[in-house]
Amino acid sequence: MSYLLEMQGISKDFSGIKALDNVFFNVKPAEVVSLCGENGSGKSTLMKVLTGVHPAGSYAGEITFNGKSLSAQSIKDSEAVGIAIIHQELALVKELSIMENIFLGSEIHSYGRINFNAMLQKTRELLKQVFLDVPPTTLVKHLGVGQQQLVEIAKALSKNASLLILDEPSSSLTESETKILLNIVCSLRERGVSCVYISHKLDEIMAISDRVCVIRDGLHIATKEIAELNQDRIIQMMVGREMANLFPREDHPIGDVVLEVRNCTAHDPWVQDIKRVDDVSFTVREGEILGISGLVGAGRTELMQCLFGCYPGSYDIEILLDNKPIKVRNSAEALRQRVAMVPEDRKRHGIIPGMSVAKNLSLANLLNYQQKMDCIDSSHEVADVLEYIKKLRVKTASPDLQIKSLSGGNQQKVVLAKNLLIGPKVLILDEPTRGVDVGAKYEIYKVMFELIREGISIIMVSSELPEVLGISDRVLVMHEGKLKGNFVNQDLTQEMIMESALGSCSDA
Amino acid sequence: MLKTAIRKNAKTYMMLIAMLAIWFLFSWMTDGSYLTPRNLSNLFRQTAITGILAMGMVFVIITGEIDLSVGSLMGLLGGVAAVMDVWLGMPLYVTIIVTLLCGFLLGLWNGFWVAFRHVPSFIVTLAGMLAFRGVLVGMSKGTTIAPVSSGLTQLGQSYLPVGIGYSVAVAVLALMVVSAVRGRKSRVEYGLPVPTVAKEVRKLTLFGVVILFATFLMNSYRGIPTPVLIMMTLIGVLTYVANKTTFGRRLYAIGGNIEAARLSGVNVERMKLFTYAMNGTLVAVAGLILTSRLGAASPSMGNMAELDAIAACVIGGTSMAGGVGTVIGTLVGALVMASLDNGMSMMDIATFWQYIVKGMILLLAVWMDVSSKKQA
Repeated sequence: MSYLLEMQGISKDFSGIKALDNVFFNVKPAEVVSLCGENGSGKSTLMKVLTGVHPAGSYAGEITFNGKSLSAQSIKDSEAVGIAIIHQELALVKELSIMENIFLGSEIHSYGRINFNAMLQKTRELLKQVFLDVPPTTLVKHLGVGQQQLVEIAKALSKNASLLILDEPSSSLTESETKILLNIVCSLRERGVSCVYISHKLDEIMAISDRVCVIRDGLHIATKEIAELNQDRIIQMMVGREMANLFPREDHPIGDVVLEVRNCTAHDPWVQDIKRVDDVSFTVREGEILGISGLVGAGRTELMQCLFGCYPGSYDIEILLDNKPIKVRNSAEALRQRVAMVPEDRKRHGIIPGMSVAKNLSLANLLNYQQKMDCIDSSHEVADVLEYIKKLRVKTASPDLQIKSLSGGNQQKVVLAKNLLIGPKVLILDEPTRGVDVGAKYEIYKVMFELIREGISIIMVSSELPEVLGISDRVLVMHEGKLKGNFVNQDLTQEMIMESALGSCSDA
Repeated sequence: MLKTAIRKNAKTYMMLIAMLAIWFLFSWMTDGSYLTPRNLSNLFRQTAITGILAMGMVFVIITGEIDLSVGSLMGLLGGVAAVMDVWLGMPLYVTIIVTLLCGFLLGLWNGFWVAFRHVPSFIVTLAGMLAFRGVLVGMSKGTTIAPVSSGLTQLGQSYLPVGIGYSVAVAVLALMVVSAVRGRKSRVEYGLPVPTVAKEVRKLTLFGVVILFATFLMNSYRGIPTPVLIMMTLIGVLTYVANKTTFGRRLYAIGGNIEAARLSGVNVERMKLFTYAMNGTLVAVAGLILTSRLGAASPSMGNMAELDAIAACVIGGTSMAGGVGTVIGTLVGALVMASLDNGMSMMDIATFWQYIVKGMILLLAVWMDVSSKKQA
């Protein structure tokens, strides 16, 4: 059997630290190979070597593509031979149309005059291939995240790619969008396009892969046919040990109602008539983990933003903390009432990339270090920072390192620590484990259980049903801004949650 | 420890080295008359105004905004000082207080539009640049207001007596020692490791030698110039604000990621408002010194000064994207600009060449900075 892509003995180090150590990776024509590994295991580095982001010469080993030796100096070189990569962060120009984005840099033209009709026709064909039914002249900013991802794929196809690399494509997609994406990958395979699929979601990997390659700490662990594998086996290969239980659930006492939200209604910031949250009321008890489930766009994040005082549009909400009504007009006031939130989008809302780990960690708690003349008590600050780095097992060489140099899981821990430092009564976690690998997920869950034992109440918004079922004491389900279900997590099944998430009312 | 400290401040050190190189080059080309106490004293005096403007500017840029109005604002505030002093005959302290207050209020005006009305700062301050100049021309009726009283003249033209100069230097040193001792005590209280005494003594000694030598240099001409003393005091205060206060920390956070800062409980709007108000107050200080130095206020005073200030910030390693920049770096940037001005004037280089050289140095400095970042 001849391979489309063969990478042999790839080694790469960054100033002495081995990121890849003698890795073998290959893809046959018309095959989907999944690449698995924890964050920081070397998946992205391997793909950067392949696509020429790390140019030939900066690594050791051989790459053969389509029978020819490949030594890409830049991403342009690898695109020229037919390798296309679609990143987690979408790289589309929001103010341009779908068509213009697809042909950006390779416009069909004669003597500099763009032939719009030819491009229009070609774009229609491409969109049909990715099952995207919108006019090619739609501006990209008007598309959802999932649709934008499809445009990226169409763009890759327009360049006649024979190998498509999808880097965590589903991390921001809804379930139905993910399904469409998987269908497209399969139909592309039928047309002879190979695909490297990078994801943390094992059910997707099981659904579409022909083979699975696992990398751990820069080492090639194994590449196996999908028939020989199951989810547990993959996890075991990824973390290098048996994971007895993905969710370290512990029994814990649940106390009185701490927080009560009454009649929360939020209007869309741009279209006043649309209600993003529609008359939602709920309570949280001391030491309770309240899971909030629902499809993307159900209004879960918006509800949390209202509670935390950072919703961008107009809204009404009544909040009672310890049976006393409180006013939360902005995040500073929420924090002062000891309501903390770890936001959904870590990069945009969580971290300040250029600042040190220590300064990120102490940011929300600065007023507690304030002495006369507005001076920061730096010893107190450093002592707290060191304590929480230890407590949450943040892996960083020094607290003075810029936070952007940490892995995603560790960044998330710092954001969590920042919110713990203020001593919260109620902690809101919006998708706390998105884009976080299995090992770090487990540690985050462990920390959550430590926290509720200290009497903190946790509200967790999550799109992953196993997580919601595995962690929560009670589950609220939202659908189109309304509360559709309020379940005690006993004999609760994924199907029951999905049913309410799709709009049918139930209460248990 | 030392290595990391050097790496962290690599930018500032590189600029310091570049500045020394410029000094030696000019010294060689002017047969040594560049590096005399007399000329160095002049050089620092010339730095004072751009330096103070740049120090206000650097805070604005750290929050991710810009202020194009400071040149016109400095002219206007210098004009206000002259009107108070010459036309109305107010006592010096009233002139100073009113000028500072005007600077504070006009800074608030800029800040209000930027922070609470969300007009891009480029536009707000461009509008200010035009309007403030207009007010100045109208207020002065297009004439030069002169001569200012001898009291006001002192502010920009006098020198500290030798003895007082040394006393100030010693006082600063004492302050450093006290804060070092306090810092150690507090670290011990929280069970944190402390640097060895020898290391701290070495650091303080080095600092002491530099500060005493600089004072000696100034004293061997006519003493520390008053505007230089004002600038140095502001450097001390503003470095403290940037590094040690919650206000400073939050400014960097806003520039680094405004949304994350807001969600961490930072009142972004109020911070920006105060930053502009602080900038306006510093512009007032610069305006007072300028009027005092010229002994008059003219309608074109301070024209294009905002560009020198921005250039000084950028040469000093401030990122126009926000979140990055230091007061000390900015001072070095201002010194580089002033050194070029001073040296080229001494060599009688035609004004048009001076513009070209300064422009190219600005480009070169930022290019070096950008390319060094890519390597890392």
